[in-house]
Amino acid sequence: MEAITEFLAMGGYAPFVWPSYILAAVILAALLGLSLRDLRRNENTLKALRADRRSAAGDEEET
Amino acid sequence: MHRFANPNQFLRIANPLLPWIAWLAALCIGGALYLGLFQAPPDYQQGETVRIMYVHVPSAWMALFVYASMAIASAMALIWRHPLGFLAAKASAPVGACFTVICLATGSLWGKPMWGTWWEWDARMTSVLILRFLYIGYMALVDAFDEPTRGQRAASILALVGAVNVPIIKFSVDWWNTLHQPASVVRLDGPAIHPSMLWPLLIMAVGFTAFYFAILIVRLRSEIASTKIRNIRIGQVQA
Repeated sequence: MEAITEFLAMGGYAPFVWPSYILAAVILAALLGLSLRDLRRNENTLKALRADRRSAAGDEEET
Repeated sequence: MHRFANPNQFLRIANPLLPWIAWLAALCIGGALYLGLFQAPPDYQQGETVRIMYVHVPSAWMALFVYASMAIASAMALIWRHPLGFLAAKASAPVGACFTVICLATGSLWGKPMWGTWWEWDARMTSVLILRFLYIGYMALVDAFDEPTRGQRAASILALVGAVNVPIIKFSVDWWNTLHQPASVVRLDGPAIHPSMLWPLLIMAVGFTAFYFAILIVRLRSEIASTKIRNIRIGQVQA
């Protein structure tokens, strides 16, 4: 327990060391999350557009 | 290189690589965190604050590396009109901007206890701040035009002109008086840093580089899909 407290205290520099690590983690996680969200959104839109086009082409063949 | 310029060819190669690169990034970042936080000793002058280095220095390297990649991709796009060059540069910009913000913020958090100030308008810090504005300027410019090719051209020219800032940042600690310490890893006469501190630093740098390439592939796939969406919609309007 004492070892953990001492580790977390970072020799009295905890208010500088931990925010550095947390900030980096948050920024990189946000970048990853937003990039994946954009990818999923664009790929779904593309799939829907292609499905529309295919069904439109199918309709034309029928008439 | 020309083979990779075809978006579909690129996707065929990049997609199977993505999980491997993502795992490499996760393992390296995890390993570097373990080494940096638990194994590396505190510095004899800076105490435990030296652990900020394992985030700060690799982000600074990435800020420069991503910008250099962006400038090279932009140059190839302008010269050979590779369709993928523009998209690669555009996909890189937010990654570089994030690393630059991390570099500046952790530098501030390190500067306060060690130099007694959050910020100093000296050569190293000012030139990195300019790098951040270059990234933001690029991202604003690339989307500023209705016709994407015009935005891409303008942004690519900005990326190329801004590339002069990269060597200025690297050598700013040698050319001007600055609070920032000089280079201790990338030096002609070898690293002036103990292996117990050098390893977490290098492994984190490898992890960040793999993270960049993983995000680059994800964002490029997204950009390629977005270009196809645009082409289909233009086709629909014309039809």
